[in-house]
Amino acid sequence: MALDDKHGVQTRDFKIVGTRPVRPDGLEKVTGKARFGADMALPGMLIGMILRSPHAHAHIRSIDASKALALPGVKAVVTATDFQDPGDGLRDILENCMAGEKALYDGHAVAAVAAINRSVAKRALALIDVDYEALPHVTDVDAAMRPGAPALHEDAADESVPDGWSKNVVRRYEFGHGDVDAGFAAADEVVERSFRTEAAHQGYIEPHACVASFGGDGQADLWCCTQGQYMVRATCAGIMGIEVAQLRVTASEIGGGFGGKTTVFIEPVALALSRKAGKPVKIVMSREEVFRATGPTSSSSIDVKVGMTKDGRITAGSAELRYQGGAWPGSPVEFGAMSSFAAYDLENVKTVGWDVVTNRPKQAAYRAPGAPMAAFAVESCVDELCKTLGLDPLDVRLKNASRDGSKASYGPTFDKIGLTATLATAKTHPHLSAPLGPNQGRGVACGFWFNFGGDTCVSMNIGSDGTVSVIEGNPDIGGSRAAMSQMAAEELGIPFEKVRTVIADTSSLGYNEVTDGSRVTFAVGLATIKAARDAIEKMCARAAALWGIPAEAVVWEDGCAKPAGPNAGEHEPMTLAEIAAVASETGGPIAGHYEVNADGAGVSFATHVCDVEVDPETGATKVLRYTVFQDAGKAVHPAYVEGQFQGGAVQGIGWALNEEYIYGEDGRLQNPGFLDYRIPVASDLPMIDAVIVEVPNPGHPYGVRGVGETSIVPPLAAVANAVSAACGVRMTELPMSPPKLLKAMSQKTA
Amino acid sequence: MPKVGIWGSLRDATDGLAEVEVDAANVRQLLDRLAEAYPGLAPQIERGVSVSIDGKIYRNAWLAQLKPDSEVFLLPRLNGG
Amino acid sequence: MSQIHVSTTVNGDAVEFLCEPDETLLDALRDRLGLTGTKEGCGTGDCGACSVTVDGRLVCSCLVLGAEANGASVDTIEGLGQGDALHPLQRKFLEHAALQCGVCTPGFLVAAKSLLDRNPDPTETEVRYWLAGNLCRCTGYDKIVRAVIDAAADMRSQAAQS
Repeated sequence: MALDDKHGVQTRDFKIVGTRPVRPDGLEKVTGKARFGADMALPGMLIGMILRSPHAHAHIRSIDASKALALPGVKAVVTATDFQDPGDGLRDILENCMAGEKALYDGHAVAAVAAINRSVAKRALALIDVDYEALPHVTDVDAAMRPGAPALHEDAADESVPDGWSKNVVRRYEFGHGDVDAGFAAADEVVERSFRTEAAHQGYIEPHACVASFGGDGQADLWCCTQGQYMVRATCAGIMGIEVAQLRVTASEIGGGFGGKTTVFIEPVALALSRKAGKPVKIVMSREEVFRATGPTSSSSIDVKVGMTKDGRITAGSAELRYQGGAWPGSPVEFGAMSSFAAYDLENVKTVGWDVVTNRPKQAAYRAPGAPMAAFAVESCVDELCKTLGLDPLDVRLKNASRDGSKASYGPTFDKIGLTATLATAKTHPHLSAPLGPNQGRGVACGFWFNFGGDTCVSMNIGSDGTVSVIEGNPDIGGSRAAMSQMAAEELGIPFEKVRTVIADTSSLGYNEVTDGSRVTFAVGLATIKAARDAIEKMCARAAALWGIPAEAVVWEDGCAKPAGPNAGEHEPMTLAEIAAVASETGGPIAGHYEVNADGAGVSFATHVCDVEVDPETGATKVLRYTVFQDAGKAVHPAYVEGQFQGGAVQGIGWALNEEYIYGEDGRLQNPGFLDYRIPVASDLPMIDAVIVEVPNPGHPYGVRGVGETSIVPPLAAVANAVSAACGVRMTELPMSPPKLLKAMSQKTA
Repeated sequence: MPKVGIWGSLRDATDGLAEVEVDAANVRQLLDRLAEAYPGLAPQIERGVSVSIDGKIYRNAWLAQLKPDSEVFLLPRLNGG
Repeated sequence: MSQIHVSTTVNGDAVEFLCEPDETLLDALRDRLGLTGTKEGCGTGDCGACSVTVDGRLVCSCLVLGAEANGASVDTIEGLGQGDALHPLQRKFLEHAALQCGVCTPGFLVAAKSLLDRNPDPTETEVRYWLAGNLCRCTGYDKIVRAVIDAAADMRSQAAQS
């Protein structure tokens, strides 16, 4: 053990944590054996398909499925009338899975069919008659807020919304402290700008898929790709009106989620079809369905004002953020409002967030939900002030950065945080001094995310041959089984290869929150370490009993139980394997457990540096070099930490440059496919340098902080600031696609 | 007595106060007494809030202890992607 | 609608299946032959998750009809390794942590093998353009590109030794 003087956090010399072993699920994934959502099949299984609204907003007068039901091979049709009202908490989720009286967006599910195969199911869908009465629609956030805009719901607003807005304005949030007017008055320079960002989809490569089997005895099984099998169980049991113990949900391997698989879309529909047909039912979404009917994140419209003194001190910041979250309340605007200025230690700050409903699919969480667009707006303004005042953007950020003890813009006081460490590391990195050519520019930006912990259970079984099974309940999206095995091996003092981590179904382990909020390596890691300590205590007690000494007189070191000192007597240390071999003879199997609502996740900061070249002829932007500096607390498996940094950065680059939901005048999505919704491909990008900064999190035994989400927060601004430096145009609308940038450049020249 | 920071849009319910004092030893007591003293806060508390205590954020942690000098903030219920 | 009888070779083995006239090779591989290592990400040839080779040519199996496989030789991810020995690309993907969720990985491996069959010493740019038809949303491609370049070097040095 050593003491990290700088932060007063206990650190230790790790043997396995911090190394890069091959992940335990790796072989299955490079050989095609791993079973993802769509890879499951059950005997006698039917194929389910969903009929979707072609209207952005319409009354559903009636649905006639008689012709579909008459088609040979069709076994069941379900509509909203096949579901009971599940009550307040689940009603919106059910209505999103199956429209009730109204279709609220293009792609909204209105009916579903189960048939013996896909071609029969497809033909059956075409035979379902839906009588729609089209209604006026609205898909733009600002238009939806205006009084007189087509209203989606009559009374979805809560008490936070003042009078005078349209019924689509459903929540209002306000945060901040100090006196922003006084702060702006004290500034030498004030910048005030308005920004717009389009909705971006999580873009996971695996479409949603599930297989449901609902028996006549009221018991049900569900296999699906999800970020949280317990969430699926709770939601589906509530919607289907069954008890949670009767529904067992098994998470398949998951082909990406990024927040988009933290809710349900097809699972209740498959269960309802299975209950009605009396056979297992499989539903796999097409990519078009994924785009039209599952999460993108919110689009936004944001006004920001920032004041700065000549020497670079930020005197005040304010922001008004308007996010549309699709057809129901729940856009992540409060997180945008809370996080927008979190990187700055400000005396005067005020942010207001407006949650707005529109005729678009219900937004789903997307990696640091709500934060990237807010950071885009604020970091663009800070960059502009630096340029106007002739100041270095990293120096200004260092001068104003939140640090240990700063009052966060959303209220609390920060504990140990790593923002200044990322800035200081960036400042000395060769990237910052690399030369730039013509039409090239460099941008920097910071980002923040809260990170969460939450409900977590881990069990650890000590095998009779001295190997260890770790049983956890969070789907592994990016190598978390490797990280759990590492932490278990580290704590137990045994080789990594002796541990195998598996992910339990909902009946095999207690409740675990969804794989979200960058919580898994932190919270499940914490529970794994504590479960190991529980097992160690039991193993020490066995050794003590064999030696005839008190359990307190035994310590665990290097994978062995040892007498604590000379007073405990002379006994040969017993290895884990030796204790495990006589477990039966000394009292029975040995297992460790830990159950917790984990707190102390420790917030996360990053600084990104981006070089671009803008083609003056076409308006195309090429990212030339990109470096991520992020605080990981302690990187358990550095390769997968780097992977999170790189992947988040590239998703942000896509959002900045190309990705957008495009709606026509008719309110229909015009680009529901990867050809027209263009995510970055390999040839668009350079290598993404990932620099891991480690400021230990005092809330975790090894200092771990979540790393999954923060990496998508800075890129929107980092790229925009680089574009501005390259071509002298400040882009306030995302994406900065070639036609938009070309237009902005020609307007500047004119 | 712990001081509790109230986010801006809830201040209508606290007569405009950004900070209120609540005599409470843990989070459950705090939320109950807040809702009692300021009924306008009840709907939001019912829908769910997170609570930060001395900079650490808690979700649903009724039993988290408060010290007399704890810095407490109500926050919207947090989640992530 | 009567089904079509198809005789083909998959990963070196002679196989036969019946499929619908409008059924894709991807669906035939997955649903008729149980080879679910080949993934569907889009069904429109945009993501490359369903990459296989047909008579040595890299294709999106979602854009090929099952019936077109008649008489052809199809290679999929399941045939990349030899028995329990991994192909160098598979090993390097593991060593470099070139996968996170892993759903795009089979397509990348099949496409990368097809590149190295033609060009044993590709530049980074050549790797990036060859793999531009394969989408990965997790990694940002960095570690994938490194793994392919490293596997190529490994294969060249093995070839030089033998």
